Order: sequence, then C-alpha cells, then structure tokens
Amino acid sequence: MADPMRIRAVARDGVVNVRVLMSHEMETGQRKDASGKLVPAHFIRNVTATHQGKTVLTALWGPAVAKNPYLEFEFKGGQKGEKIIVTWEDNKGDKRSDEGVIN
Amino acid sequence: MNHSRRKAIQSGGGLIAMLLAAGVISPGEALAQSDPFTMKTLAEAMRAVGGPNQTVSDAIIIKAPAIAENGAVVPVGVESKLPGTELIALFVEKNPQPLVGSFGIPSGTVGNVSTRVKMGQTSDVYALVKADGRFYVAKKEIKITLGGCGG
Repeated sequence: MADPMRIRAVARDGVVNVRVLMSHEMETGQRKDASGKLVPAHFIRNVTATHQGKTVLTALWGPAVAKNPYLEFEFKGGQKGEKIIVTWEDNKGDKRSDEGVIN
Repeated sequence: MNHSRRKAIQSGGGLIAMLLAAGVISPGEALAQSDPFTMKTLAEAMRAVGGPNQTVSDAIIIKAPAIAENGAVVPVGVESKLPGTELIALFVEKNPQPLVGSFGIPSGTVGNVSTRVKMGQTSDVYALVKADGRFYVAKKEIKITLGGCGG
C-alpha cells in the first residue's frame, strides 16, 4: 500500500479549494534500468474526489503526470468541517483512499 | 533507430494485421480498443478525446511557466471560463504519448484544475475543454531546459 495522500481543503467565499499530494512512482514504461531493461509502467489511472457523497472531480491520467502527483481543484458548496474523500487506483490495481477536512 | 525496438514495432503491427486478416477482430473493434492515452500524435489523441472539430478559445487560460527548468515536474493549470465546462484534457504535443490526463468537472465544480506534468522537451501544451457539448482548445508553449524522461 502506498503512502497516504496529503489533502488540504480551504473554504473561502463559498468555494472550496482542494489540494492533494499523492505518493506514487508514476513510472512511464519508457525508462530503462541500469541493466538496459525497460522499467514497466506503473502509474495512477483514476482519481475520484467526493464530498458528502457527491463526486466533485474525476481524473483519468496517463504516465505523463509527474511523480508524486499534485492535484488542485475548486468546487462550490462545501462547508468548514465537512470531509472530502479522495481515491486513486493505479494500472496494477493498487488503490488508496484518504480523507481531508475542509478548513 | 534501435534494432530491438524496430523489431518490436514490426511484430506488434504484424500481430494486429494478422488478427484482422484472420477475422478475429474487425477494423472497427481495433479502433475502439485503442485508448487515447496510447495515441502517438497530438492530432490522434485530440480526436480520440474531443472529436474532429474544436474551436480555438481565449476563454481557456493555461497557467504554466514560459520556461521550465526541470521537465520532470512542470506545473500546469487550466482555467476554463466557458459556461458548462464538463471536461478538461491536457496534452503535451512532443511527448511520446501526448495525452497527459483528463479531468471530469461535475456541475458545482469550478473549471479550474492544476497538476504537474512531465515533458521530454520544449513543446506546445494544449488544453481541450468540453463545454455545453462542444469542444474548445487553447495552447501555450513551454520551454524546457532539462528533459523529464530520464527520471
């Protein structure tokens, strides 16, 4: 299981700004290791963020998203103290879900 | 070109041709199976995500540095001021696979996302936005002084 995500969510003027830092290698599948063998691709494919049971963002990624991916987005209608749940799944089927509280 | 790579390409193409000839898969199926992330050119990837017609729009703002020192981590944000924005997709023209990723924007979510991408070399970056069922596009060049594919 990968390391936990860091999720920051701040509500201002009715808009919640969410910043997520995930911990993932994001291997492209084009790089070679020291012995010249291709390192197999390993990257996050799907990201979903939900707030109070409603999906507020989905993302579909390829291997060109940088290592330890950063994601920032904004949505309307969140209140202080409410939770945001972010889930990702990579191309090997690994999953991770974490939650953050809106400040 | 690297010899083993050429061989792999030949055999890969050969396999598809063989399956087509044997009637195992129809050309339509072969097309449907290819996902936009595997497309090798910008035009193909864009067509796979956003259809053949896209309007250039200045209501899409790509927030990124003009010059990035490290191609492995290039901060790129896309802000769409188009009403009814439902999808934002990001492409780097000169990457081996131009499509970086796409973001689904449900109603209530602002058309404003940021992430960090890898870029192999200086390239135009395109943002494709679907708003109200139509596709719009904007681009910006980002210069890279150090490539991002070496890891």
